[in-house]
Amino acid sequence: MDIAQARKERIDRGIKVRSDGLYALMSLKELSYLTLPRFLLIAGMLSLPFLMPGMYWQRVISIVCIYSLLALSFDFLAHYVGLVCLGGAFFIGMGGYIAGILNTYFGLPPVLTIPLATIIGGALSTFLLLPCLPLKGVYFAIVTLMYPLFMARIIEAFDIFGGTDGIIGIDSFSNHWVEQYVVIGVVLGFVFGLRRLVNMDIGLIFTAIMDNDQAVKASGINITLYRALAVFIASSMGCLGGACITHIYMWSGISQFALDFSILPIAATVIGGAGTLVGPVLGCLILVPVSELLRDFGTLRIVFYAVILVAFILFKSEGIMEFVQRKYEQFERWTKI
Amino acid sequence: MIEDPILKVVGLTKKFGGVTALSDVSFEVGEGEILGIIGPNGSGKTTIVNNITGFIKPSSGMIFFKGKNITGQKPHKIADMGVTRTFQVMRPYYSLPAYKNLVIPLFSPRARRTGGWRGGGRLGDRHTVSIDILEEIGFERDSYIPFKTTSTLPTGYLKRLELARCLSLKPEIIICDEVFSGLSMSEIASMVPLIERLQMDGITIVMIEHRLRELFRVANRIMVMNFGEKLIEGSPDEVMADAGVKEAYFGSEEVEEVMTYA
Ligand SMILES: Nc1ncnc2c1ncn2[C@@H]1O[C@H](COP(=O)(O)OP(=O)(O)O)[C@@H](O)[C@H]1O
Ligand SMILES: [Mg+2]
Repeated sequence: MDIAQARKERIDRGIKVRSDGLYALMSLKELSYLTLPRFLLIAGMLSLPFLMPGMYWQRVISIVCIYSLLALSFDFLAHYVGLVCLGGAFFIGMGGYIAGILNTYFGLPPVLTIPLATIIGGALSTFLLLPCLPLKGVYFAIVTLMYPLFMARIIEAFDIFGGTDGIIGIDSFSNHWVEQYVVIGVVLGFVFGLRRLVNMDIGLIFTAIMDNDQAVKASGINITLYRALAVFIASSMGCLGGACITHIYMWSGISQFALDFSILPIAATVIGGAGTLVGPVLGCLILVPVSELLRDFGTLRIVFYAVILVAFILFKSEGIMEFVQRKYEQFERWTKI
Repeated sequence: MIEDPILKVVGLTKKFGGVTALSDVSFEVGEGEILGIIGPNGSGKTTIVNNITGFIKPSSGMIFFKGKNITGQKPHKIADMGVTRTFQVMRPYYSLPAYKNLVIPLFSPRARRTGGWRGGGRLGDRHTVSIDILEEIGFERDSYIPFKTTSTLPTGYLKRLELARCLSLKPEIIICDEVFSGLSMSEIASMVPLIERLQMDGITIVMIEHRLRELFRVANRIMVMNFGEKLIEGSPDEVMADAGVKEAYFGSEEVEEVMTYA
């Protein structure tokens, strides 16, 4: 058929239409259509540690999960709150150092340091970002990109918390299975938790602030408070990741403030599908192992993220998740114009 | 002078760089009355609203709500006290279904506090309450209109949505910035009883309007603005009789028309 005279028509699959409403509960087939994607995600993630050939790649899975937390928090802030936050490295560093300090200076075990680092780190990061909350778009992005550089210089200059050597002698997880399933569980929890959150009334407030802040103010709602709450949620996720990294490597140091933690999650979000929350996790599942294979190239890997990012933006405007979802819910056919 | 005015503006002045948008404007609004504000485009009417509701800070002057100085407070604080406004350039949440627009004000501390939309002190389910309010404001309940995406609604409904946002806050004052403009005669005719009913419910209303005929029918008092200054203030009859108003007001023909009508 001549392309010039035809266009692609997309039609919702019957099963998609039927399972949109309550009727889905009446048929096992439609119920499974609805639950299959969720089941695949959960089962896939949980079986990952068994599928990996050896300890090295199992460790990579842990790192994938840490990056997934960052990518999830980036996607949440950017597409549901309207804040472009490049603070991934800042959150990892904050969480990492707090966990390290609590573990070595105060002797707390990982069961306590991780939740504490999550809460304290989230609160502290939010407090430090408070002055920037009224900033919009690229200005917020730039400031959040500066913070980790700033923190690394301070630790270096004042030689605190082990200076350039970092904090050593930190406890590890009790074994690598615990490590794996803690991070996997946390990622799955946040994927479903955030999806629930953005669909609740409070999620509506977040998006309303993004689209129309004046009307939200006129509705008697303190928008700075809700922005701060969203940043707290997102930064806690990053700090949780940082705390896990510290216990995985038994070390926290200034390389936890490295730019990779800010940049890779964005590339993963674009590849996986921005605004889908699940997409960024898929993006990390692809990007992190590939970047691991390119370890020999050192810092040149940043170039690789950049190339992937540009290529994706140029050639494929939709992410993997949007593509898959479209195929799952609709069929396509050519129609004559 | 009004006894115990609910809203009192004293010497309000606002300069934008070199432009003086408002100079030394003072007025009072009595509890439960409807004050109309008229004046040509650019005479500073919207700037008055923005100053009262905290969206911009006055260069000088003071604003009192129930005797309390609210000058320069944050917009959400002022809305929280019950001083609500509509926007001249409507600001609905275009991507949401109409009824979800109200979930946001219903989420506010004021709505939760004053609550009681469905008996008792507790707020009912926000979505149900939204539909109730929309019905009150003229969305047909059993139609699909409350569920349509806001961007597909005609202007008349968007204007009502602006009012509905104010109503969901259980307001003490509603300041309407040109809610009639852009509407057809029949749409306006159906809005007038709505305004009258709000007044009967005890809500104080400040109406900025270009549609003099309808305004003069509902308003208790009228204030006329010109070049950022208050020209005169008085009952609709007094204002119509004033020669200066006819001159200042662009639509002088319309003033004539209102006079003969009244
Ligand atoms: N944010 C602003 N910045 C600069 N000038 C403004 C701003 N808002 C209003 N003005 C100016 O103030 C004057 C009054 O405007 P406005 O209050 O919108 O008038 P009205 O609502 O009576 O048509 C106009 O000259 C307008 O250009
Ligand atoms: Mg105006």
